[in-house]
Amino acid sequence: MAQTQMLFAGFGGQGILFSGKFLAYDGLFSDKQVSWLPSYGPEMRGGTASCSVVFSDEIIGSPIVSAPDILVAMNLPSLDKYEESVVPGGKIFVDSSLVERKVSRTDVTTYYIPATKIAAEQEMPTLANMILVGKLIRETGIIGEENIEKIIDKIVSARHAALKDLNKKAIAVGLAYKD
Amino acid sequence: MADKVLMKGNEAIAEAAIKAGCMYYFGYPITPQTEVAAYMAKRMPKIGGTFLQAESEIAAINMCIGVASTGKRVMTSSSSPGISLKAEGISYMAGCDLPALIVNVQRGGPGLGGIQPSQSDYYQATRGGGHGDYHLFVVAPASVQEMVSLTAHAFNVAEKYRVPAMLLADGTLGQMMEPVVIDEVEIEEHDKSWALTGTKCEREHNVINSLSMLPEELEQWNIDRYERYAKMEKEEPMWEEYMMEDADICVVAFGIASRVSRNAIKAAREKGVKVGMIRPITLWPFPKEVLLASTDKVKAYVTVELNMGQMAEDVELATHCRRPILKANRAGGCIPSPEQVLAQIEAANELGGEQ
Amino acid sequence: MGEIVFQKPKSLTDNQFHYCPGCTHGIIHRLVAEAIDELGIEGRTIGVASVGCSVFTYNYFTCDMVQAAHGRAPAVATGVKRSDPNNIVFTYQGDGDLASIGTAETVHSAARNENITIIFVNNAIYGMTGGQMAPTSLPGQVTQTSPYGRDVNTVGYPVRICEMLSQLEGPSYLERVAVNNVKNVKAAKKAIKKAFQNQVENKGFSLVEVVSTCPTNWGMTPEKAMEWLEQNMLPYYPLGVYKDRYAEEEAK
Repeated sequence: MAQTQMLFAGFGGQGILFSGKFLAYDGLFSDKQVSWLPSYGPEMRGGTASCSVVFSDEIIGSPIVSAPDILVAMNLPSLDKYEESVVPGGKIFVDSSLVERKVSRTDVTTYYIPATKIAAEQEMPTLANMILVGKLIRETGIIGEENIEKIIDKIVSARHAALKDLNKKAIAVGLAYKD
Repeated sequence: MADKVLMKGNEAIAEAAIKAGCMYYFGYPITPQTEVAAYMAKRMPKIGGTFLQAESEIAAINMCIGVASTGKRVMTSSSSPGISLKAEGISYMAGCDLPALIVNVQRGGPGLGGIQPSQSDYYQATRGGGHGDYHLFVVAPASVQEMVSLTAHAFNVAEKYRVPAMLLADGTLGQMMEPVVIDEVEIEEHDKSWALTGTKCEREHNVINSLSMLPEELEQWNIDRYERYAKMEKEEPMWEEYMMEDADICVVAFGIASRVSRNAIKAAREKGVKVGMIRPITLWPFPKEVLLASTDKVKAYVTVELNMGQMAEDVELATHCRRPILKANRAGGCIPSPEQVLAQIEAANELGGEQ
Repeated sequence: MGEIVFQKPKSLTDNQFHYCPGCTHGIIHRLVAEAIDELGIEGRTIGVASVGCSVFTYNYFTCDMVQAAHGRAPAVATGVKRSDPNNIVFTYQGDGDLASIGTAETVHSAARNENITIIFVNNAIYGMTGGQMAPTSLPGQVTQTSPYGRDVNTVGYPVRICEMLSQLEGPSYLERVAVNNVKNVKAAKKAIKKAFQNQVENKGFSLVEVVSTCPTNWGMTPEKAMEWLEQNMLPYYPLGVYKDRYAEEEAK
């Protein structure tokens, strides 16, 4: 059975839940089984935030990701906390503009993207998360690129048309980014 | 068929209730169920329904009593500490034979406890929670889709037997999103001649009441109620069996614990352990018969719960303690890991020849 | 055959009241029933009984009735009213119920200007349980749980509900009346009828506080109790209209 477990983690306000939600919607459009589980409570207000997303071909057991295939770490505490939990052979995406250290594991594939810095340079400072999502799509092929536009249209409300384009742009930047 | 959408469990409950004909909601904010109230606040005014944020959980459940007295479908939701506050009203509902749906998206306790997921209100839910001899119809969904189907079902059963119903979820199920289809549901029609609709000066007045100063009369009311409970115990238990065909070991788990258990069961099967699961969907009435029957082929049970082992007692009762029961528990907002459950499954399997 | 000059209102059942001799609940029940009769709303009125001496009111009114938990009648009434705003919904509560255990429900149903009618019977004591101190027992008043007299230094002061609620924007009509003499009973009747009339006209929250007696638990003859009410309760609980939003608006 094919199952992919993903964990997104960072500070509250970095759009952690949103990036997880973006991927979860692909599960919906592709008719995969999918679950999305946020951390909730005071963490949402400035502390650490995390979000579990599971894709599967069959009914999903636990929606809680304790051993991710894919980890996106947007700050140092998240990398410190979850690095060890990643399965051997898994992938770790690190926002290298906020995390100065390297991943110490040698049995995983790592990607360093200065997403926060790029986002600031490209005048979309709140969309570092989506740059990372773009990179994640490029390196994992977890979702079909053809669905990107459809998902953005679904989850960004029509009132924020400008944000739709920015989100698409951020993902495109991530898709094009080469280490 | 309606479209498949991605929805949080809490929102799915709210929409499912509306689909089930519930046009009245009273509640009070508490994590991790507040999305139910927020969803109702948004939707009810648009469909001519009533959303009211009450001054307290106590007021909210009593407003529900008011609407239920008039024979209409009504719901409230809360999380553990709030349910304790509602316990008085829930007892009155049971005593007045009023149907309604109470949703408990559980968090860790006792006291103020925490806000992370828990199943530690199992006793409270299955034993009534308030004073007096009574039961609630208690359903425990394990997915967002089931939160939808059981919401509708709970309303129907509540009206059929004139009992309050409780949907017992937890913070994980409330907060998680899964694809879900919210179709039109069957709204059963049950007798409502007891409802307060105004006499129109055409009939004797109806009285909704739980008080009697005559012990023999009050006893008789209890006996009558227990006759309905007996019927429910016969007709309403729901459960799911998973990989039980050849199982030597049986996991018993409900709600989110059953999801974690699935992972463990798969892992155990890969190691050659014949393990399955009986997942109670109704917690009251508890699926006793299937558990008792399983004692003929199962050599040990593993109960998995987000509490200190409350349902395990019902498993002991249901199986007449014929087989050993091992527990895989976490409490206080922690969730058992698949590894922890797997370890207990393997330990249960080691008990081997003790039959 | 002589002309009928007085008879039991239609909205009262034939059941015999369980109240003690000299108790004023009987008068107040009659006034409520007369108001319902005169407004012709019996068939769409739903009453909410409370906990206390008036717990059995569902036996006495011919309209549909629901019996609420202690203090929760305004919340139950809120649900009944919201279910069908065409219904006329009233609660009948005592002082322990309304001013102590149910204070939150009282205050917030008033703050919401919930379109219900509340009949609040204040006799400064818990009658049903046998004469304990009420939130409205007077300073120095001897009860079973204030055997040396209500000591305001340790248990605080009696609560004046009409005055308190009058500070809220919400409620439409608040009046305090008494039933200790014919003149006051007539005024009480007028106030109670108005409290129902307001609801019929969708004017919102109306509460009538009826200062009354409890000869049994006060340990007095009914006659003496009336005197005690006049001399002790009325100075602390002055009669009058505490809020009448529509009259105020008309006056402007």
